[in-house]
Amino acid sequence: MGPVLVALAVLAGGILLASLRVNPYIYFAGYVVLQYIVIATAWNILGGYAGYVNFGTPAFFALGAYTAIFLMEAYKAPLPVLIVAGGLVSAVLGLGIGYLTLRLRGTFFSIATLALSVVLQTLIINWDFVGGAKGFTVIRPSPPFFGNWALLLFTVMVGMAAAAVVVARFIERSWIGRGLSALRDNEEAAECMGVPTLRLKLFATTISGFFLGVAGAPFPYYVTYVEPASAFDLNYAVNALAMPMIGGTTTWIGPVIGAVLLGTAQQVATVTISSELNLLIVGVVLVFFVVLAPEGLVGLARRLRGR
Amino acid sequence: MSVPVAGALLAVDGLTKRFGGFTALDQVTVHVKPGERFGLIGPNGSGKTTLINCVSGALRADGGRILFEGRDVTGMPAHRRTRLGIVRSFQIPKPFTSMTVLENLGIPLEYAAHARTRGGDAADEALELLRAIGLESKARLKPAGLTQIEMRKLELARAMAARPKLLISDEAMAGLSSAEVDDILAILFRMNEQGITIIMIEHIMRAVMRFSERIVVLDAGTRIAEGTPDEIVRNPAVEKAYLGE
Repeated sequence: MGPVLVALAVLAGGILLASLRVNPYIYFAGYVVLQYIVIATAWNILGGYAGYVNFGTPAFFALGAYTAIFLMEAYKAPLPVLIVAGGLVSAVLGLGIGYLTLRLRGTFFSIATLALSVVLQTLIINWDFVGGAKGFTVIRPSPPFFGNWALLLFTVMVGMAAAAVVVARFIERSWIGRGLSALRDNEEAAECMGVPTLRLKLFATTISGFFLGVAGAPFPYYVTYVEPASAFDLNYAVNALAMPMIGGTTTWIGPVIGAVLLGTAQQVATVTISSELNLLIVGVVLVFFVVLAPEGLVGLARRLRGR
Repeated sequence: MSVPVAGALLAVDGLTKRFGGFTALDQVTVHVKPGERFGLIGPNGSGKTTLINCVSGALRADGGRILFEGRDVTGMPAHRRTRLGIVRSFQIPKPFTSMTVLENLGIPLEYAAHARTRGGDAADEALELLRAIGLESKARLKPAGLTQIEMRKLELARAMAARPKLLISDEAMAGLSSAEVDDILAILFRMNEQGITIIMIEHIMRAVMRFSERIVVLDAGTRIAEGTPDEIVRNPAVEKAYLGE
């Protein structure tokens, strides 16, 4: 019942906003915030629940985007296909890094995921079919609904954010989430207490990868021009980590709060001050939280309520 | 050299484990009978913990076989061995730090004792186990708020929550006071009375000698003696291993 209500609430909010037909820029900026809800939620399934910090978010996001570009270029595939395919291809990459956890833990896992991003970017730069280093321009057909791509993509992202949050919430409250927290606390003890740690880790990396890819798949339609530098932007790695950290990594609502606050702040700063200020904001806020509220806003609220 | 025990609960046969060029266990054979209180002793570095890691599944043996209730578990992942009933506690307690004491017990209850039970029953069972071990009043605390002896008790209670047939207690008493050692010993005796076979690894001789019905001594990765506590105390090879020539 709970997750359904949450999904309905998010959907209703999104549809309401969509139907208001305010300044189209709101949808354009709102898309980015929603995209970050998907990214932060997906990242947190692995980073927050299982405790494996992934610095390779750009790799998964870009893989979703470039899968979409490939399918557009090769088969003129429609948007829903692009999203599902982008998610699935990134899920396979997620499964791959899941096997890395057999050998690599802690910082070493994180370094490997960072390297993964660099390797993948190099491959894409050298693949001319999807535009290579010079980038790829998307020629969008006229939108099938709403008469406006910003509004259509915004609505699609509302649905994807709702889906990601529902899945994260389900994982958190199920036996899977309890097993993931056990292995995050102590992997050896978890395994000895009957938790199939490898299987749970593979599940977490795969589902996390899936949603990161899903977030990236509509990106070419959104920006209409994709180059490796923008799809593999370091911003995604930093934000994916910062947003859950700011909101709180142990619950599904943490990444949502972080993404809404930080995502909105970045959008506002881009318009009112400068587009270069984004990372500075993230940096300052992240340092502040890591030092003063390591359990994020959710943890801070709990402490204030004296729990 | 070893007498095979018919109907052994745990049968370790010719187990070998190497770390690079170092042989930590060399053809070790140990048989443990159902319901037995079994002591495993030896000087530091003799291979006790390595043997336990191989039996629990944390390490893969390089040679030999491990049978549990007649079933070959040599290549089985650790979590499946736990579900079969081979459960260990750790020398240095490894609690799940983000969970309460009660939730710590919930993990083995859910994952090993009865896969996929609803939360309610598990909480009752966990409370029951905490009551039996004397940690009931700490159920809602995080492990960080426990004393050393309480941490050891949590380690044992959590192992009990996995419903072991064979409990391997790895130095559960190291660093405890004499009264606390008696406290833990009493808990282990009670577990044994409930039908749980116990392998005790311990440096505190007073405890092992009082607890064990049978003892195996390891030295430098090989078995040097086996017998009742009395026989072990009088064994010259054991004396030599511990005290030198």
